[in-house]
Amino acid sequence: MADKPVSELSFEEAMAALETVVGQLERGDVALEASIALYERGAALKAHCAGLLAKAEEKVELIRAQEGRAVGTTPAEGL
Amino acid sequence: MDLLDDTPEPRSNQPEFTVSELSGAVKRVIEGEFGLVRVRGEVGRVSRPASGHLYYDLKDDRSVIAAITWKGQAGKLAVMPEEGMEVIATGRMTTFPGQSKYQLIIEDLAPAGAGALMAMLEKRRAALNAEGLFDPARKKPIPYLPQVIGVVTSPSGAVIRDILHRLRDRFPRHVLIWPVPVQGEKCAPEVAAAIRGFNALEPGGPIARPDVIIVARGGGSLEDLWGFNEEIVVRAAAASRIPLISAVGHETDTTLIDHAADRRAPTPTAAAEMAVPVRLELLATLDSLQARLMQGVGRGVMLRGQRLRDLARALPRPEALTQSATQRLDTAASRLGGALSLAVVRKHRSFDALAAKMQPNALQTMLARRGAALQDQSTRAKALLDRRLDRARDRLQSLSARLAPTLTNLAARSARDNTRQREALEKLAQRLDAAPSLRLKSLSERLDRLDRMRQTLGHHETLKRGFAVVYADGQVVTSKAAAEKSSHLEIEFQDGRLSLSPRPPRKAKDAPEQGSLF
Repeated sequence: MADKPVSELSFEEAMAALETVVGQLERGDVALEASIALYERGAALKAHCAGLLAKAEEKVELIRAQEGRAVGTTPAEGL
Repeated sequence: MDLLDDTPEPRSNQPEFTVSELSGAVKRVIEGEFGLVRVRGEVGRVSRPASGHLYYDLKDDRSVIAAITWKGQAGKLAVMPEEGMEVIATGRMTTFPGQSKYQLIIEDLAPAGAGALMAMLEKRRAALNAEGLFDPARKKPIPYLPQVIGVVTSPSGAVIRDILHRLRDRFPRHVLIWPVPVQGEKCAPEVAAAIRGFNALEPGGPIARPDVIIVARGGGSLEDLWGFNEEIVVRAAAASRIPLISAVGHETDTTLIDHAADRRAPTPTAAAEMAVPVRLELLATLDSLQARLMQGVGRGVMLRGQRLRDLARALPRPEALTQSATQRLDTAASRLGGALSLAVVRKHRSFDALAAKMQPNALQTMLARRGAALQDQSTRAKALLDRRLDRARDRLQSLSARLAPTLTNLAARSARDNTRQREALEKLAQRLDAAPSLRLKSLSERLDRLDRMRQTLGHHETLKRGFAVVYADGQVVTSKAAAEKSSHLEIEFQDGRLSLSPRPPRKAKDAPEQGSLF
């Protein structure tokens, strides 16, 4: 997971990775250079998660179907 | 006119109907009054002629109603009528004027009573289960944070509102509603189509593909929920590659789609909770992680800085390491020259003192002094020795002078003692010889005396005078009674004992009398 670019992680993966990074840093047994790299990764993960959380917009649409296939959407109102 | 007037006018204002008119009127009344009815009854005789229409009876214990399902409807019935089946029929009443009949046109037919439905449901469940459609291994995990949520439900009503409301509270998302009827005969095929339709959407296509699907419906009767028990729906749910949450009916209702779904929610609201996490909680968690991240890295740096400072403090300056040694060297070096000459002077001085004393006359003086002392001591020793010798000799002489008379005295005294003791011995020997014979004589005299006395006192002397002693069984007898009791008598005379035969007197007396008896 450490090899996967942060931007491609799902929220859950990013959250779990962040927990791991924090845990490693808190244990304090990481070399200084590595701890700085870890911190940078942690910050990136946090930003990624925060970004996903910020995109919390409600959008409700009704499917228009024809013969069992979705052919378009109509914004739902009043729901 | 009179005639006509006289004639009573029978119900002149009552219209007259033709048969068809009346039949038509009845038909209108019946159809108007019973345009939509639900009837519960038992299916009677069923016939299905080549026309494809279904003719059957609905009956209870007293009445019968003829029923027809037209060919077009017959294929859509949930269950086919079978004789004896308890059903609830939905349809309208009409008449058949050709036969003066009224009949029920049935459009929908459902098994009546939970028992019948449940039995059918169980049978279907078992069949689908045997196919492995409900296998837990098929179930997919629900994504933690889906971006798009597809909801298959009715777009009107409380269910979609509940779901959207809860999603809004927890984590507002992009929601796609696929509108379907949630009861009735169109329910099952449309729900199945909706599930398949969502799955058919391409990722990244013009319509977003959902990350999770919720199939939801509010509570209702078993019949209301029946569409979600249909095989077509169950199969669509099982085949869905998008994780699917079912929320059909109330918590206590279980429909077959619940078995095929990846998760089953007791209510639509609960389905929304399963679909998304709580955004505020996640934000809080993220904040705390961020804080811990900062702290963690900060602490790492701080601890290292502290450690560095501590070590640096403990590290001494290089000049400090040599300073005291240099100083000691300097001090020692400065004292080295003086100390050497001082030591030489001191040694020289003590040597001089000693050397001054080392002269020949010193030795001679000492020798003379020792010689004089020696001579003096030997003179005194000789005198002392002579005196002790004289004293010892004198003592010897006086002791030897006293020795001779004492020895003479001792010899005389011991000779005297010897004589006296020999005399005493002789006297004792004489007494020893005399003593036993004297004693023997006196004893034999005493014995003679005693024997004489015994003879006078014993009964033998008495026997000589004519007395006799009687013994019975070895014991002396002194009475007649004792003698009679004994078995053996003896009489002792002076010259011996006479034995008597046992009980002679009594036996002698009794024998003749007894003998005469024989």
